[in-house]
Amino acid sequence: MGIRFILMVNKQGQTRLAQYYEWLTLEERRALEGEIVRKCLARNDQQQCSFVEHRNYKIVYRRYASLFFMVGVDDDENELAILEFIHLLVETMDKHFGNVCELDIMFHLEKAHFMLEEMVMNGCIVETSKANILSPIQLMDKAH
Amino acid sequence: MEQLKTIGRELAMGSQGGFGQSKEFLDLVKSIGEARSKAEEDRIVLSEIDILKRKLLEPDIPKRKMKEYIIRLVYIEMLGHDASFGYIHAVKMTHDDNLLLKRTGYLAVTLFLNEDHDLIILIVNTIQKDLRSDNYLVVCAALNAICRLINEETIPAVLPQVVDLLNHQKEAVRKKAIMALHRFHRKSPSSVSHLISNFRKRLCDNDPGVMGATLCPLFDLITEDVSSYKDLVSSFVSILKQVTERRLPKSYDYHQMPAPFIQIKLLKIMALLGCGDKSASEIMYMVLGDLFRKCDSSTNIGNAILYECIRCISCIIPSPKLLEAAADAISKFLKSDSHNLKYMGIDGLGRLIKISPDIAEQHQLAVIDCLEDPDDTLKRKTFELLYKMTKSSNVEVIVDRMTDYMISINDNHYKTEIASRCVELAEQFAPSNQWFIQIMNKVFEHAGDLVNIKVAHNLMRLIAEGFGEDDDDADSKLRLSAVESYLQIMSEPKLPSLFLQVISWVLGEYGTADGKYSASYISGKLCDVADAYSSDETVKGYAVSALMKIYAFEIAFGRKVDVLPECQSLIEELLASHSTDLQQRAYELQALLALDARAVESILPLDASCEDIEVDKDLSFLNGYIQQAIESGAQPYISERERSCMLETTDYHSRDHHEVPSHALRFEAYERPKPSSLPTQASTELVPVPEPSYYSEAHQPISTSSVSERESSEIKLRLDGVKQKWGRPSYQSSTSASSTPPQAANGTSSHPDVGVGSSSLKPRSSYESKKPEIDPEKQRLAASLFGGSSSSRSDRKSSSGGHKPAKGTASKPPKENPIPVQPPPDLLDFGEPTATSVTATDPFKELEGLMDSSSQDGGSTDVMGVLYSDAAPVTTTTSVDSLLSELSDSSKGNPDTYQSQTSKGPNSKEALEKDALVRQMGVNPTSQNPTLFKDLLG
Repeated sequence: MGIRFILMVNKQGQTRLAQYYEWLTLEERRALEGEIVRKCLARNDQQQCSFVEHRNYKIVYRRYASLFFMVGVDDDENELAILEFIHLLVETMDKHFGNVCELDIMFHLEKAHFMLEEMVMNGCIVETSKANILSPIQLMDKAH
Repeated sequence: MEQLKTIGRELAMGSQGGFGQSKEFLDLVKSIGEARSKAEEDRIVLSEIDILKRKLLEPDIPKRKMKEYIIRLVYIEMLGHDASFGYIHAVKMTHDDNLLLKRTGYLAVTLFLNEDHDLIILIVNTIQKDLRSDNYLVVCAALNAICRLINEETIPAVLPQVVDLLNHQKEAVRKKAIMALHRFHRKSPSSVSHLISNFRKRLCDNDPGVMGATLCPLFDLITEDVSSYKDLVSSFVSILKQVTERRLPKSYDYHQMPAPFIQIKLLKIMALLGCGDKSASEIMYMVLGDLFRKCDSSTNIGNAILYECIRCISCIIPSPKLLEAAADAISKFLKSDSHNLKYMGIDGLGRLIKISPDIAEQHQLAVIDCLEDPDDTLKRKTFELLYKMTKSSNVEVIVDRMTDYMISINDNHYKTEIASRCVELAEQFAPSNQWFIQIMNKVFEHAGDLVNIKVAHNLMRLIAEGFGEDDDDADSKLRLSAVESYLQIMSEPKLPSLFLQVISWVLGEYGTADGKYSASYISGKLCDVADAYSSDETVKGYAVSALMKIYAFEIAFGRKVDVLPECQSLIEELLASHSTDLQQRAYELQALLALDARAVESILPLDASCEDIEVDKDLSFLNGYIQQAIESGAQPYISERERSCMLETTDYHSRDHHEVPSHALRFEAYERPKPSSLPTQASTELVPVPEPSYYSEAHQPISTSSVSERESSEIKLRLDGVKQKWGRPSYQSSTSASSTPPQAANGTSSHPDVGVGSSSLKPRSSYESKKPEIDPEKQRLAASLFGGSSSSRSDRKSSSGGHKPAKGTASKPPKENPIPVQPPPDLLDFGEPTATSVTATDPFKELEGLMDSSSQDGGSTDVMGVLYSDAAPVTTTTSVDSLLSELSDSSKGNPDTYQSQTSKGPNSKEALEKDALVRQMGVNPTSQNPTLFKDLLG
């Protein structure tokens, strides 16, 4: 299945965006996010891998300023590629928002989701061209 | 500058509702953003729930306002609270004509509902309508929703329209339609089994985005059935080749790498197709070789592709040259400073080691560095590698390390995994039984609650059977050492139940066998166990049975048994136990104490747990008794079959019996016990059952030694096969699952190596010769792990790689060298030899013919070139995306920051420092959380 969820969590452990590609109940999400955030934030060390194993997931995470991007993947996913996928996502958001910051995502939660909808479907990476990812969003912006 | 920007943003938002959102919404987001604790956040969200519940009831909410409410609902759920009160409004919003509102509605619905939610039915109609829309963005929004919300039952409602959309003129629609089909295939393969050819067709789509997306369903399809897609091997190879030659539009480039995510997907597919297939593998050699040569190992994305190549090579049947290239890439990873790359290196090593086992040896020191690294992730990966390379020569070192690590961690999930690996390796490679028992003790002591019960039975069997040779001396030594170790361990507090069961059983069987320990000493210990774990009935049962055996052996030896006062009180307590099982054991024990030596010896013979019990199924020993009874007037026994035949003719209810055999189900009540005219029949309803429920599971290993079953067990209800209503349900199932293995016993030992015994004394002499600059401890470890390497070899290794490869010599090219964007000149040398073959049978073209695609370009030798006519020419050299150059601005000047960017995400340290600086300067006039304004990309 590839990607199972994408989380954005700030360094206080507050969720800023959550997208799951398999159904989990609210309680399950809450518990999972709590565990993962605790694990990843505890590892905030320069000299450690950007990957953590958790239950049956592997979590690839990357920190940008105050925000952690965490992607839960299957065991046989290419971790380095996912790490770069995160960067591509951030670059794409940066291209749209201009110097993207945590607050941009908070104020435009739906847009961040729209970008993800273009990039990932059924847990697979389907689009990696920034122009293609952003064009529907720009068209919608124009219409308003 | 930083301050100005922050303040500017603040102003823009605060005053006039910044991004076109209401003040209310801005305040909510701000307060969530500034919340300092989860509790504070919860308070905000709870009050927000109250507000929204009220507001959503208001009539005539303007659409814009409604959209905002929906987003606020999304926030509520995202922060872990239930927003189901507002779901219906999200559903309604999907009906809206305005695209943005519609898409927001769809988004919220996909976030809120799972595919089986009742509200979905209200959306299917909207989806159907939207699929027909003229606006392709509306169609896309509907297709997005399909991928999240359609379940097996609703597939038919949208399937025809989705299939039509596969040929939509807009590539975005085709891409999403193919993914919708992918989703249908996952949910219900049969629903789209007749549409599989569409996936092949879309592989040759004009648009690279559609082609790239199609790889996802194809990957799934090929995983399920490789053989049907062998014909596509050359197509995939050709696509990969063209991607690497930069034939795709430049917008797919990522950090100067052409469409890396498509490359990786292609490599994954090739790995599947080339697995065990020599001819398919051969087609791939060239492009893989090119990738190894061309891939830029100074960027993360380049390394990601290299790693995928390694994986591919470990799956296909590789050429020696490719293997070498993969090994080189791995050693580069391992020598890197980046932990991420080390991790990938260890993983790659674990994959390649299956093909060429020698490869690990040259990296022994790097592997040990990783093993001793404080980073848990890296450590675990390394354990995985060690697990794969375990053999009888290094099993001791590896399993010792593993158990030590197992003891040190708290994570139960991983603890279970590593414990079962320890057991597996120990069972497979154990050099001696003694060692095996030691390891098992460790595993049981620290992870006893996590391992399978079978493991315990195996251990008991091993101790009982010993070496499987006729070496009684060695066997008794083994048992004695087991007993000794257990007596020592028993004093530790809080041992796992399973371990205590093993301990009790072994002490019962062999505690007094050697004469070293007195019966009263052992029985005292057993009482302690029963006492300390008084809530665990299984353990208590084991302990009582063990006591019984101890006493039985004493009696058999003709010694006088003096029951310790604490044992006496234990027995008395159990005589009144609520557990019938414990009660029975106690009664049996009491009865046994009153018997004479001869009787006891036949009940519980010494050391007979391995003897097979012959079950006399015909009960022939009762013949005399029956004979006697018949002679004195009893009726002979009539078997059930005969009985029913008789009834058929005599009973006026014969109708029922007539139908019985013809029906699979019987709806009438169970037969009543037949009237007393057939007295012997009682025995078919009430039979002596050896043990009820878990009694058998707990008692099995013990009862193998007893021939007393018939004597000891009373007439009871037949409980086997009946679901236990009270008590712990798990017992029932474990009865059937585990009762057999210990009895299957004799000779079927699962430890092939065990018999060989302690033959694997390793030549430790080689350790003496070592280089001074390496930690001798480490080198010893290396030698024992990678074993067998003669001293001269290890010398060579240590001198060539002795300078701790991980440190200092990382193979990062100097930063002055611009990353070569132009394909290196050696491009030609692969083109030439194959030029003819490529033009002769351009597989891609072949494929097109096969598919009968509409886009036929007659005579074109380079299909992709035409297809992707807007692709940038190969001379893309320095036109770096301006955004990118801007982004990496800061990192360009400073190799250090660049380093950290490639390995850890861009300068998080720097961001922290900035953060601190900002706080120091007090730039946060209104906001409590200035980091909210931090540029993510720094």
